[in-house]
Amino acid sequence: MRIVPVKKIERLTESLAIKANTVLRKDIMAGIKKAFLDEKRPLAKMALGQIIQNAKIAAREKLAICQDTGLPVVFVELGQEVFLKGGALDVAVNKGIKAAYKKSGFRRSIIQDPLRGKKDIQFTPVVIYVDIKRGEKIRLTVAPKGFGSENVSRIKMFKPTAEAEEIIDFIVDTARRAGPAACPPFIIGIGMGGTLDKAVILSKKALCCNIAKVNSSHILSRLEGKVLKEVNKIKLGPMGFGGKHTALAVKILTDPTHIAGLPVAISISCHATRSATATI
Amino acid sequence: MKEIKITTPLTKEVIRQLKVGDVVLITGRLFTARDLAHKLLFSSLKKKKKLPFNLKGQIIYYTGPTNTPKGKTIGSCGPTTSSRMDKFTPSLLKAGLAATMGKGQRGQEVTSAIKKFKAIYLVAPGGCGAYLSKRVKKANVIKYRELGPEAIFYLEVENFPAVVAIDSRGKSIYN
Repeated sequence: MRIVPVKKIERLTESLAIKANTVLRKDIMAGIKKAFLDEKRPLAKMALGQIIQNAKIAAREKLAICQDTGLPVVFVELGQEVFLKGGALDVAVNKGIKAAYKKSGFRRSIIQDPLRGKKDIQFTPVVIYVDIKRGEKIRLTVAPKGFGSENVSRIKMFKPTAEAEEIIDFIVDTARRAGPAACPPFIIGIGMGGTLDKAVILSKKALCCNIAKVNSSHILSRLEGKVLKEVNKIKLGPMGFGGKHTALAVKILTDPTHIAGLPVAISISCHATRSATATI
Repeated sequence: MKEIKITTPLTKEVIRQLKVGDVVLITGRLFTARDLAHKLLFSSLKKKKKLPFNLKGQIIYYTGPTNTPKGKTIGSCGPTTSSRMDKFTPSLLKAGLAATMGKGQRGQEVTSAIKKFKAIYLVAPGGCGAYLSKRVKKANVIKYRELGPEAIFYLEVENFPAVVAIDSRGKSIYN
């Protein structure tokens, strides 16, 4: 058994939240730079250049990459041999987020009453998913989700006999409807299988995957490539200025599902897709 | 790419000359307002009450900045989605507002109003709040301080980059 003071989780959450919001993920930056070199349309190329400059300034001056510092989604992979001491896990995570956001001047974006009866806007509570794993390790991921892209995310319950083309069309249509305001080039996270809710969680986890890493499933890797190609055919381009790069990557995670169904969830994320991970 | 320097207040002549797709660098004033401030401005207009600033020739920038760090003029201040402010925009254009600036498409009513009142719609680089903060030389809250990032800020900017997304002829970059 490993005893971990919950304060450690609080501090780790804080440092990951600051990092996620100020340092653009290496793989995303590499993707943007590649797209910049490849893009021919002048306004599209200009937009990608501005994104690169923005990331450099944000990292250098510890400024938020985007003023929408989002609603953080926190994934905790908790080893079942770990005994958390000194408080509740969710309280520690929320305290860590609050400390990060307050110290760094990030924005309060979480309205307590979703029906807007009261205008009470805070830094928390954030969305926390805990997966219990074997062992003694704790893996923490803080992924602030901006809502320009969140608002255009979708789920569809396909028939189990649906053809791949139907699913691809749904993804392409979602990207098209997302439009310029969701800040392309997109990172598209897809979750397939499970139940309705599980598919969506998978799609969020997919956004935390390294876009340069090839999917370990050959079939999914090919499907990711096909979807990316089809999405880029719509030529929405960086910030909707047209061009080749409507999406930088498509990442698919799957789970077994019911014989009568095929949930397909799409989490659209913008060019400022943010996450930071650490294992302790 | 050719960059056209423009200053505020925008004259009818400058507005007329700007074409969809033009890259501009704005030096002068921006007034920020997003959802809640628009609701309040709209209500003031309807009740014929005095607005917090003179609209004529000015640019409203849709943004909700992060807090201002020590030693800086403003925090991260990139554009927010313009279409949420669509229903308030025609009245503001009618009252003399020269331009709005945000990101993404506008609805048909806004495009018609832009054409009718000879205004323009600009888009600033989305998700580039840190980069844009560098072009802001001065920032003050002038109204609705209690709304935090939803307040109306007065910004003095130098070479603030934007693209003409809808010109005064009603031509849109997204079509």
